[in-house]
Amino acid sequence: MAIALDAVVQLVQLALVLALAPLLTGFVRRLKAHLLRRQGPPLLQPYRDLLRLLRKEVVLAHSASWLFRVTPYLVFATTWVAAALVPTFAVGLVFSNAADMIAIVALLGSARFLVALAGLDVGTSFGGIGSSREMMIASLAEPAMLMVVFTLSLLAGSTQLSSIAAFMQSAGVGLRVSLALALVGLIMVAIAENARIPVDNPATHLELTMVHEAMILEYSGRHLAVIEAASYLKLLLYVSVIVCVFFPWGIAVSGQGLAAYLAGIAVYVLKLAAGGFLLAVFETAIAKMRVFRVPDFLGAALMLGFLATLLLFVSRAT
Amino acid sequence: MALEVLLWCAAALLGTGVASVAAARHRAASASVYGVALSATTIAMVVAGWSLLAQHPPAGAQLPLGLPWLGAHFRLDALTAFFLLVVNLGGAAASLFALGYGRHEDSPARVLPFYPAFLAGMNLVVLADDAFTFLFSWEFMSLTSWALVMAHHRRSGNAAAGYIYLLMASLGTLALLLGFGLLAGPGGGYAFDAMREAAPAPRVAGVVLALALIGTGSKAGLVPLHVWLPLAHPAAPSHVSALMSGVMTKVAVYGFVRIVFDLLGPPAWWWGALVPLLGGVTAVLGVLYALMQHDLKRLLAYHTVENIGIIFIGLGLALAFQANGMQAAAALALTAALFHVFNHSLFKSLLFFGAGAVLTATGERDMERLGGLIHRMPLTAFAFLVGSAAISALPPFNGFVSEWLTFQAILLSPALPQWLLKFLVPAIGALLALSAALAAACFVKAFGVTFLGRPRTPVARDAAETDRWSLAAMFAFAALCLLAGIIPGQFLDRLAPVTQALVGAHLPLQEERSWLTIVPIAESRSSYSGLMLFTFIALAAWIATWVIHRYASAATRRSAPWDCGFPDASPLTQYTAGSFSQPIRRVFGSVVFRAHEEVDMPPPGDARPARFAVHLRDVPWDLFYVPAANAVAFAADHLNKVQFMSIRTYLTLVFGALVVLLAVLAAWQ
Repeated sequence: MAIALDAVVQLVQLALVLALAPLLTGFVRRLKAHLLRRQGPPLLQPYRDLLRLLRKEVVLAHSASWLFRVTPYLVFATTWVAAALVPTFAVGLVFSNAADMIAIVALLGSARFLVALAGLDVGTSFGGIGSSREMMIASLAEPAMLMVVFTLSLLAGSTQLSSIAAFMQSAGVGLRVSLALALVGLIMVAIAENARIPVDNPATHLELTMVHEAMILEYSGRHLAVIEAASYLKLLLYVSVIVCVFFPWGIAVSGQGLAAYLAGIAVYVLKLAAGGFLLAVFETAIAKMRVFRVPDFLGAALMLGFLATLLLFVSRAT
Repeated sequence: MALEVLLWCAAALLGTGVASVAAARHRAASASVYGVALSATTIAMVVAGWSLLAQHPPAGAQLPLGLPWLGAHFRLDALTAFFLLVVNLGGAAASLFALGYGRHEDSPARVLPFYPAFLAGMNLVVLADDAFTFLFSWEFMSLTSWALVMAHHRRSGNAAAGYIYLLMASLGTLALLLGFGLLAGPGGGYAFDAMREAAPAPRVAGVVLALALIGTGSKAGLVPLHVWLPLAHPAAPSHVSALMSGVMTKVAVYGFVRIVFDLLGPPAWWWGALVPLLGGVTAVLGVLYALMQHDLKRLLAYHTVENIGIIFIGLGLALAFQANGMQAAAALALTAALFHVFNHSLFKSLLFFGAGAVLTATGERDMERLGGLIHRMPLTAFAFLVGSAAISALPPFNGFVSEWLTFQAILLSPALPQWLLKFLVPAIGALLALSAALAAACFVKAFGVTFLGRPRTPVARDAAETDRWSLAAMFAFAALCLLAGIIPGQFLDRLAPVTQALVGAHLPLQEERSWLTIVPIAESRSSYSGLMLFTFIALAAWIATWVIHRYASAATRRSAPWDCGFPDASPLTQYTAGSFSQPIRRVFGSVVFRAHEEVDMPPPGDARPARFAVHLRDVPWDLFYVPAANAVAFAADHLNKVQFMSIRTYLTLVFGALVVLLAVLAAWQ
């Protein structure tokens, strides 16, 4: 019975992340427009975009191979699974022991590997520039992310996200310098991984500094829709990881009943809104940096993660 | 019983080698040599696997060969059985691949006799149970592989590669010889049993560790002893490259494990700092060098250096934990290292097979002259893609599982009492993470530039799919890569007797776990289920495809690429291997490679083409090898004078030498 309930919760989570992901992106876009004193697109615009793309025909380059056509579905599936394994409104999901935090990071790595290959597939220079820079950014962002994971798992004694969330809710955690450093490092990685300002600009085309958009330049129609949905999911995933690890309050625990789950969902949506708000404010307040400044940015994130690990040995919680 | 069968297999391989000296020019020679090699290695693989599965007690045998007062000792225990499995699995696949690939060989007489002998040599190294047999087989393995490297000795660079390989192999054997001498002690017990009994003094043990690191590390490719490897491995025919990279480096790892974990006695804690540090540096430098290559086979060879680094990180952590009495953690680290040994032998062989297939189809190893092969060689491309994902440590493939286990071992390091280790091991974790991420970048480049895009040359445009034997070998290994990734528990349980014998503990058995989840320590701490992830991804992809095909527009039109409305006509304007790695070169290059770029941009109006050149330096080469070579040249130059002296000077020299010797003798007494 308990397992059946957990399975239902897992399915709800699977549907919830998919349903909320475009909303989060729409919210951030609208908020950014408001901060710039523009009207901005409606909140539901990303859903409409996806539906419109699904109705359009696909224009494939002559040189595109089967890999180019398969990649969108695999990328979407991988990202969706990764997002569904992060505890959002409840811990103790039935499948949470399939992957710990390292495996979730690696799953996103698989998705990126495929997108980068798709960027090279057609054989254009824009695709190549995007893939090349994406892999450069990833090669620094991934170690930084793993150092953050190290810090958290050394503290919580686990790399399992639900265990980390439970530990962070417990009384024993206290305020630590390491946690602050890890939070900053994680946010920097999240910004880089999601191609947000200052690392990349999600709103541009036709600009030499773009990274993620250049890789998927050749996609159109349903393929583009699926890829876009995957990047909405990725943004949601990173915000979920940050709130799950650092702000786990209000998250429902297995077997608490329907009311607790509903409250958990409500709190989760509020947390997402807060995360989106902060992201929009941050993006509006800062300028995009040159692509070769990005290594410094991510190097700082890596150092923060590493320092957070080392400080664990010499500091004590207050 | 099992041991006898294994020895007979090695003897059959040796016999095949001898027989094919005479018959190499015969039309059916290639098929029969590789056929016999395939059968012998398959039998040996099955026997070794069965022995590991049934957990036979160690068995020994003694043959009246070698030194008369010593004889040749052989032994089959869990560690030997595991490495024999790796060696013969790789050997069988390489032979299968060569059944097709070997037909294109233009000088079979230079390859056929040495190939089975090389396989026999590797088998004998692993089976040997005394220092003499071990060293003899080790040298035999080195020399036969050297002969295979020199098979195409007229091609530019191969002769130099063979020369450097020979020098480094001699250095390694010298170090091992001295190491075994120290282990045997003044009593001179050269059988491994006698060495196990006599634990050397701590200071001597430290020296033996250093010698073992030089001896086996030079064969495995530890930085800075790796210089020969990226030259020699690609020079050999591709199935031999696969064996050298995928299997022979594992034999070197076996040598290290046998000497340090089995013969040397209890480790000191500083070994656990030195070995992982070497491993971490090797991993990162290996992958960075690989990123700078545009020769497909050389890139793969540098990746072997990287993976050897990852294996040594695991081995070193096992030493650190064992020195502090943390047996369970040591078992985890050792299991991670050994599983990576197995995994790397799978995907590296697979990738070299793929490179060999490309080489046969196009005659090119240079990625800058390939491209678009996915259209002409779809099956090879698919197998190569699986290998690329596996080596880049991407789930759900096997490379991820062993690196994940290594990370889990690193996360146990705060319990170590030494402060140096506490601080060092997380830094090594960062190096490991960096190398994994860079490996993904490198294989996006390797696969993307070779197989994707548009063909850059006519040979790439007209390539044809490779033969069935080669494809069978590649797909068998690709399937194993996936299998070891989604049900790793079955593979990890087979390693339990090995770690039990070496560090006195093993991982909790994984078979009882539900959903084939692997749990290295405790469920609340960490768990991973490749099968579940694989199923989920497959299901999610199926749902997405179904929904899209049901509800979305299915219209598809082919057209010219969009490319921001600025399509370039020539395939030469695509991103190349050099341009792909340029951002990473800018990030790491100035420090790691002392890279400097020369841009020659003519002023407006000048019709001269603009030129761009990058100069990379191999820092370990400049730091260690150039001074050594200079010293040798200097000494040779000056000793040369001794050749042209008058008789009086010679007599004076002889007299002086005599006086010195007598003085030494007097001082000695």
